[in-house]
Order: sequence, then structure tokens, then C-alpha cells
Amino acid sequence: MTVSSLLLLVLGLGLAGWLTARHRARMFRSAAAGRRIASLPTYHAWYAALWIVVPTLVFVIVWQSVSEALVMQHVLAQPAANDLPPFGFRRQVILNEARAVATGAANAVFNPAAQALVEPFTQAISRYRLIGFVVAILIAAVGAARAFLTIKPDFRAHTQVDRMVMLVLLVASLVAILTTIGILASLAFETFRFFGMISPLDFLTGLHWAPNPMSAADNPDPTRYGALPLFWGTFFIGAIIAMIVAIPFGMMSAIYLNQYADPRLRKTLKPALEMLAGVPTVVYGYFAALTIAPAIRDAALALGISNPSSESALAAGLVMGVMIIPFVSSMADDSISAVPSAMSDGSLAMGATKNETIRNVIIPAALPGIVAGVMLAISRAIGETMIVVMAASTAANLTANPLEAMTTVTVQIVALLTGEGSFDHPATLAAFALGFVLFMVTLALNYIALRVVKRFREAYE
Amino acid sequence: MVTETKSPLPFTAMMQTVPQTESEPEADTKMRARDVSVFYGEKKAIDEVSIDIPTEYVTAFIGPSGCGKSTFLRALNRMNDTIASARVTGTIELDGEDIYASGMDVVQLRARVGMVFQKPNPFPKSIYDNIAYGPRIHGLAEGKPELDEIVATSLQRAGLWEEVKDRLADSGTALSGGQQQRLCIARAIAVEPEVILMDEPCSALDPIATAKIEELIDELRGRYAIVIVTHSMQQAARVSQRTAFFHLGNLVEYGHTSDIFTNPREKRTQDYITGRYG
Repeated sequence: MTVSSLLLLVLGLGLAGWLTARHRARMFRSAAAGRRIASLPTYHAWYAALWIVVPTLVFVIVWQSVSEALVMQHVLAQPAANDLPPFGFRRQVILNEARAVATGAANAVFNPAAQALVEPFTQAISRYRLIGFVVAILIAAVGAARAFLTIKPDFRAHTQVDRMVMLVLLVASLVAILTTIGILASLAFETFRFFGMISPLDFLTGLHWAPNPMSAADNPDPTRYGALPLFWGTFFIGAIIAMIVAIPFGMMSAIYLNQYADPRLRKTLKPALEMLAGVPTVVYGYFAALTIAPAIRDAALALGISNPSSESALAAGLVMGVMIIPFVSSMADDSISAVPSAMSDGSLAMGATKNETIRNVIIPAALPGIVAGVMLAISRAIGETMIVVMAASTAANLTANPLEAMTTVTVQIVALLTGEGSFDHPATLAAFALGFVLFMVTLALNYIALRVVKRFREAYE
Repeated sequence: MVTETKSPLPFTAMMQTVPQTESEPEADTKMRARDVSVFYGEKKAIDEVSIDIPTEYVTAFIGPSGCGKSTFLRALNRMNDTIASARVTGTIELDGEDIYASGMDVVQLRARVGMVFQKPNPFPKSIYDNIAYGPRIHGLAEGKPELDEIVATSLQRAGLWEEVKDRLADSGTALSGGQQQRLCIARAIAVEPEVILMDEPCSALDPIATAKIEELIDELRGRYAIVIVTHSMQQAARVSQRTAFFHLGNLVEYGHTSDIFTNPREKRTQDYITGRYG
């Protein structure tokens, strides 16, 4: 009995419950002879189906993860498991191989040590599957019994169904939040492992970044794990160079579109601008690496700078700024639209020109929303990976010269995780620590931005 | 005297100047509108209105909702320009100068013809900066002491000085609704306009704040030509000396407030002020 057939069976039971309950409710209706019953037969049907399917499904999903652990426990309790290496990678490989053969995913074992464990795995898996199957059927039966006992002519199935639908929707909306918490937890776990090897102080304040995946894992050199150049590179490219491009252009396009553009022009320009936000960032990456970076290098040479880098922070930052323009523009446009027209009318009626009105009244009133938009844009820019991977360098330089090569947190995460390093090595775990820091920073930026936007909305509603 | 004004006139003879009575001398004309029509796209919101706005008095525009009185008011300082589909025909003169002429500087016009809106709309700035806004953009003050003086005088004239003199740095939006509206009046006064247009200035206020605004309008009379759009006939009767009754985009009747309310010439005016429709 595999999982998919179990799921099919549950759905089949649900369908059967649906049909039976509807039939039963229709009988009530004809028996009531013209009197109204409390709910339509379909609601009774859904009530029964939900009672059968939902608890059983929840059980099947939970059982999937619980039974894994139970199977493992059973196998390790066998005498054959005593020969396994106590910890680490080899032990895991042997167990995985034995399980693969037991479930039919593989035909034969490579590792002789795994052969002895195939039989216990087969036994345990079939035993717990049977238990799971029986319990699932029992739960479905209990659900069905409960539903059929409550179905009466005066039973208000519609309100019950409403409540159950509400629960389903609630669970669906929790998925994103729970996923985020899960990601954070796994990131935090790996980060703590890393900080067990390298002190957080060395990591956050060190000035030299050169992790060596080939060095001995047990005795890493903490002076090679100073991430400050990465944080600086990220900040310099994402929050300074990119914003120097994105803020003025985004603001000016928002002001033009919102205040000056003919409605017909606005109807074409605004979607076109927003479409830029949907361009895959790898396309911007090509543009940065193949067009902008060489151009900047040539310009630097023409200005008499000797030996400029072809992977400058400026190229990556400029293109990232262009990528961010639609975000800033769209958020600024929304904030400007949220400023009541009474405000600009008041200024115009004082004899202020349109320009004076925009500068003195509209922009200050829209400023909190604009600032929030810029913060969201920064959090997107510093988390952006593809452009910097293609256009920025991997050399960690701590410099304020935009023509120098610089690297960012995301570039280093890619570099560390695409190597051949093992997941026990600090050079690999450093990627999680970097990701954790990045996550916390963007989370904080988003949180502050949303708070600001919220307060701003309240001020005008 | 009363019977004289009651003499029936032909319907087409829309009164452009108010007939002389003995109680009040005839006023100088500040703004003169001739055959003014306002269109929103294809729709005609105001149909050939001609009216003279006197210098020294308060003129009230009354009429049911949608009769075009606010639209006409906004035509007087070209605020309709902010609506893309709005179009004005006919002539409106301020001191004999056509405000829709191509050489007219709209910015200067609006400095001379100020406006107070239905909902108080102070800028999200300090009380001081709200008042100083107009003088600053028009360069009315040389230096800080002069600007302080303008702010103080404007607030005094608007009857708000005593309430806010100790907290000029507070935000204008933190004031109560009635105070905000007086702040907006003070803001309009600060640029020394010649005409003040008020678009239902009390409709968002409680009766006490309304009474204060009405008192203020009475005090400002004589210094500025004031035009007030109102839904409340009692308010028109209390604050104005001239009343114009608008209906369906037409100016039905215009005359001394006392005559409009006691002896309207038109049946439609009579029906409206006695509450038969509107």
C-alpha cells in the first residue's frame, strides 16, 4: 500500500461520504414533505466529505514524517546495525543505500555493509505502512460516523461547512509564515554550528575574507573569516551606488507620471515601467557584464586611470539601480497618489506653481511612503544575486573606490556553496551565516518599511 | 420699498446687477462674469451665467446639490484648470481684466483670488509654516521679523491667534476641525488676496465651530470681497448681503439677500427656500 494509493483511497471514501450524505439529506427533504430543512443537501454532503477527508489527510501527512523516524529506530535496534560506523557521512550513506534497496529505488547495494540492513528496512517499512493504513481507515470511519450521526433534518450543515472552509483557508495562509519560520530555523541551526567553529566577533568585524575549503575542518583560521569586506561591498553596491541611480530616476518618473503625464501616456508608460520589474535579473546580469562593465573600464582608461578593474562595483551597482527603478517609482507613485488632492488644491489655490506644490506639499506629505519604498528597494537590492554574480567580482576588497572590484554577500554564498566542500567544513557553513545575516537585515528593513507605510496610511484615512 | 423689488420681471432678464435699495448703497463690482459656461467633457455644468460680485459684501451661492455653484466658484480662480476635462467659455473679469485671457498669469490670479475648501486642508507642516507658505512663495516678506509679523496678523484676523500663539511649531493637522478651517482662512489671508472664495467652508464642522467661522466671515467683510458657497440657507441669510440661487447649472435669481429670502421673484427660488425641493 503506497502513499499515493492511500491518498486515492481517502479521496474515494470522501466521495462515497459525499454521495451518501447528500442522498440521506434528500431523504429528509422528501420525508419532511414540503417543510424546509435547515440546509441544502449539498452542504450535508460537504460536511460529511470534509469530516472524512481532512482528519485522515492530516494523519497521513503527519504519519509520513513520524514513520520515517520509527523505521529508523527499528532498524538501528537490530543486531546488524551494531557494525555501522558511529557517526558521520559513511553511516548515513550506508543507511540511505539500504533503504533505497528496500523501497525498490535501487537494485543492488554497492556497500557490503548495507546488505545486512536491507531486510530490517523492508520489514519495518511494511509494518509501519500497515499500521498507518489501518489507523487512516479507522480515522476515516470515525469521521464518517460522526458526520452521519450529526446529519439530521434540522442540522445547520451550512454554518458548519462555512467554519471548516474558514479553517482550511487559515491553514493555507499559515503555510507561507510557517515556511519562513522553518527556513529561519534551519538557517539559524547551521549558523550556530558555524559560530561554534568561528567566533561571531571574528566573523562580523574581521577585515580579511579568504575561506579555504581545503584546509583542515577541525582547526580553521579565524582571521580568514572576516566578513566585513562583504558587508561593505553589499552595502556599497546595493544601498549606495544602486540607490544613487534608482532614487532620483524612480522619483522623477513617478512625479512625471503622476503629476504631469497625459492620462493616455500614463496608461502606456506605467505598465511598461512595471514590466521592467518582471525582467529576469540574469538578463540584467548579461547587460552589466557584457555592456556596462567594459564601457566603464574604457571610460576609466580614457580618464587616465591605470589598470582599472573589468569587474567594477560601479557596473554592478548601476545596473542594479536600473533594475530597482520600477520599485522605487511604483512605491513613490502610490504614495503620491495617496496624498489627498485637497492638499495640492490648497497649495495651488494659494498661487503656488505646480512645481512649488510638488516640492513643498506633495513630496513632504508622501515622504514616509517614499522612504518605505526605498527601504524595500534596498532590501531587494542587497539580496539580489544574479547581477552581482555576473558583474561583480569575487575579490573581497574593503575600499570606497567604485572602480575597484568588490564582492557581495550573495556572490560569496554562491561561491561557497557551489564548491566541493563538505557540509561540516566552516568554509561551507559560512554561507549559512552570511545568509542568516542577510535574512535578518532584509527582514528588519521590510519590517520598518511596512511600519512606516502603515503609519503613513493611518495619517490620511 | 419691499413692493418695488417685487415687481415681476420677464424671465429672461437675468439680474446682473442688483437693483438699488435705500438700505445699502450700490457696491463697486470686483468680479464680473458674462455668459459663462463650464463643461466637463460634453456635459454642460454651468449654462451662460452672468453675475457681478461686489467688492465690499459677502455674496452667497445657494442651490441644491449638483446645481453647479461650486463649479462656478472654482471658475472664478481657475481652479477648474486642474481638471483635465473641464472647459470654460464666456468671460470672467477681475477689476476689468479677463482672467481667461491667454496672457493671464494663473499663479498671480490665484494669489489675488484666494480659496478656502470644503474640508479643512492644512498642509502637514507646522502652524507657522502653513501661514508662511504663501508669503514665502510670493516673496512677500523681507526677512524673518516681517514674516513673523505676517503670520501673527493673519492668525489674528482669522481669530486663531489667541488659541495657537504658544504652539506655532505644532503641526497644523493636530488642530481641531474648526481651528483647521480658520487656519486655512488665515493661510488664504496671508497672501493679501482681494477676493476670498469659500466652498462650503462649514460643511465639515460642528455648530459651534460653524458659528465661529460665520463670525469671522462677518469680520472679514469690507476688507475682502467674499464669495461663499453654502448648503445652508440659514447660513446664507446670516452671513451674506447678496445671494445667488443656482439651479441645474443656471443662475435663477441674484439679489439682496433680504429680498431673496423674503420676496423671491422666481417661483423656483421660492420653492427652494421654503424647502419644497433641494
